[in-house]
Amino acid sequence: MGNKIIQVNELKKNFHVGEITVHALKGIDLEIEEGEFVAIMGTSGSGKSTMLNILGCLDKPSDGIYKLDGISMGDMNKNELAGLRNEKLGFVFQSYNLLPRTTALENVEMPLYYNSRVKAKERRERALAALDAVGLADRMHHMPNQMSGGQQQRVAIARSLVNDPRVILADEATGNLDTRTSYEIMSLFQDLNDQGKTIIFVTHESDIARFMKRNVVFKDGRIVKEEWVKDRFNAKQMLTELPVDQDVI
Amino acid sequence: MNYTNTLKIALNALRRNKFRAFLTMLGIIIGVASVIAMLAIGQGSKKSIQDEMSSMGTNMIFIMPGADMRGGVRQSASDMQTLKLSDVEAIKEQCSAVSAVSPQVSSSSQAVVGNNNWPTSVYGVDNDYLEIRKYSIETGRNFSDREVKTYAKVCLVGQTVIENLFPNGENPIGQSIRVGTIPLKIIGVLAEKGENGMGQDQDDMIIAPYTTVQKRMLAITYIQSIFASAASEDVNDQAIEQISETLRRTHKLKADDADDFSVRSQAEMVQMFSSVSDMMTMLLGAIAGISLLVGGIGIMNIMYVSVTERTKEIGLRLSVGGRGNDIMMQFLVESILLSVSGGIIGILLGLGSSTAVSALMNWPTVIVPMSVVFAFLVCTVIGVFFGWYPARKAASLNPIDALRYE
Repeated sequence: MGNKIIQVNELKKNFHVGEITVHALKGIDLEIEEGEFVAIMGTSGSGKSTMLNILGCLDKPSDGIYKLDGISMGDMNKNELAGLRNEKLGFVFQSYNLLPRTTALENVEMPLYYNSRVKAKERRERALAALDAVGLADRMHHMPNQMSGGQQQRVAIARSLVNDPRVILADEATGNLDTRTSYEIMSLFQDLNDQGKTIIFVTHESDIARFMKRNVVFKDGRIVKEEWVKDRFNAKQMLTELPVDQDVI
Repeated sequence: MNYTNTLKIALNALRRNKFRAFLTMLGIIIGVASVIAMLAIGQGSKKSIQDEMSSMGTNMIFIMPGADMRGGVRQSASDMQTLKLSDVEAIKEQCSAVSAVSPQVSSSSQAVVGNNNWPTSVYGVDNDYLEIRKYSIETGRNFSDREVKTYAKVCLVGQTVIENLFPNGENPIGQSIRVGTIPLKIIGVLAEKGENGMGQDQDDMIIAPYTTVQKRMLAITYIQSIFASAASEDVNDQAIEQISETLRRTHKLKADDADDFSVRSQAEMVQMFSSVSDMMTMLLGAIAGISLLVGGIGIMNIMYVSVTERTKEIGLRLSVGGRGNDIMMQFLVESILLSVSGGIIGILLGLGSSTAVSALMNWPTVIVPMSVVFAFLVCTVIGVFFGWYPARKAASLNPIDALRYE
C-alpha cells in the first residue's frame, strides 16, 4: 500500500475537429495508489471517456505527464504501448466484447496469445485459474451465446485478470445488466479489490459508484469533485436484501 | 508474438466461420481444380495425337500430285496423273536422305470370301511400304520383288478385314479373297494397329503389289501418291527438300513454275495437330485461370467484409495488447490459409477429376506436374496479394474507434 500506481500531472488532451480545437481534458491531476477502487464519474462530454482511453494507454495525452506503475508513457511508440496494455492493464467493457463462437476458456486465453513469453500450457492454466476466480470454471466450454449477460461479463472480467494486470479498467461494466446482476458483478469487483487489485471503474450511475472507495467526478474536462465514499455499499449484503424474483441467473 | 500463436489465432478465427471459410475457398478450389483438369485433358489429347501420329511413322513423307491447270481449268488433286513410276525411281536413286520409297495406288472394292463380303480399300504398294508406314506382319510374309514385277495376285490383309471375312477364325493364310473381280491369295496378315489420329481404322485394308492394282484392277499407268521414309528424323527436312528438287527436275518444271505435287511429312502433321491441341489447352487453361482469378477476388472480398465485420474484435485484440503487426499477420495468415488449403483441395479435386474423366469417359489425360506446382504457387500469391489490403486496413484501425464501432 501507498505505492503510487497511477500518477497524472497537468494532463491535457485536445482534439482537432476541422478548424476547431476541442479541449477534452483541461489539466488533470490524479494519483491512484495500489489497492484503490476508484470510480470516475461524469456526464457524457465530461472527458471521462477520454481520461479512460489515456489511462488505458489507448490514446496519448496532448500535454502533461502520465506515469503507469512508474513508467512514463509519453515517449512510447504504438508497439510499446501495446506491450504496456498487455502486461499492466486489464479491460472490462460495457458490451463484454467477447469473441463470438469461441468458448469462455478461449476468450480468456486470448490476451496471453500476445505475450510470447507465455507458453501454451501456462496459457491454459492461467485462463482456467482466472475463470475459477470469477466462479465460471464449470462453464469454460460454453460459447458466449449460451451464457447470460452476467456470465458473459464475468468471462470478460476473467479475461481482464488473466495477464495479472496492475490495474483493471472497467468502462460502464454494469451498464447492460439488471440490478441483481449488477450487484453480483460489483460483488466480484469488491472481492478482487479485497484481494489487492487496483480497479478504476468508469460509470455515470451514482449508486454504482457507492460500491467503490473513492469517487472522482469529471465535468467539462476538469475534476470537479474528489471524495472518499462514506457508507460504502457492500454488494454481498445488498444482494441478500434484494427482493427475490424470477430473474435469477 | 510468435508464428505459432499467429497461426493458432488465424485457425481459430477461421474455425468460428467454417461455412464461410469453405465458401471462400470454393472459388479457389474450383479454379485450381479446373486449371489442373483442363491442362490434363489438353495435354492428354495432345499426347494421344502425337502417339498415334508417330505410330504411323515419324519419318514418313508423302507426296501427292498437286493442283494443276489444264486449259485454265483447275483439277482436283486426286485426278492428277502427274506422278509416275519414274518419279519413284528417281527419288530412290537421287535422294540420299530417303531410306525407303514406295508408290501407292488405291481402290475401294468389295472383298468377298465365300458367303462373307466387306467393303474395304485395296492399296497397291511396293514392299517397302510396310516399313514406311510402320506396319508389321503377324503371320505369313510380305510379297517379294518378283511378285511385284509379275503382277502377282497376292495380298496382305488387315485385322478388320480378317474379322469380317473369316468370322469363324479360320486360318486365312493361303486362302483366296476376291477383290472386285480379281481373286488374290492371302500370303500374310497384318498386326493390329488401331485407329489413327483422325479416327480412321488402320486395320481395314488390303495391301497388294502396286503393279497388280495398277494393271489388273485400275488399269492405269500413273500412281496416286508416293510414300517415302527419311533416313532419320534429323534429315526429315533435307529429305523433303531433295524430293522436291528431284520431282521438279523429273517433271521438267521451270524455275518460276509452281510445284505440280506436294510433299508433306508426318512431322509436319504432328506439329499441326499439336499446335491445334496446344491452342485448345491454352484456351482451356485461360478459362480456368480466369476462374482462379475470380476465386482470388472472392477471397479479397470476403476478407474485406470480414475486417469490417470484425472491427470490434480487432479493437479488442488491440486493447489487450495486440500490435498492429499482429493484427495484420492474423488477417494475412487467414487469407493465405484459405487460399492455400483451397489450393490443396483444388489440386486433389483436379487430380481426381482428371483420373475420373479418363476412367469414365475414356478421354486420355496427362497430369502436368508443372500445372500442380503452378496452381499451388498461384494460390499462395493470391493469398498474400488479395489478403494484403484487407490486412493492412485491419492493422491501421485505431483501437478506440474500433472498440466503439457498432
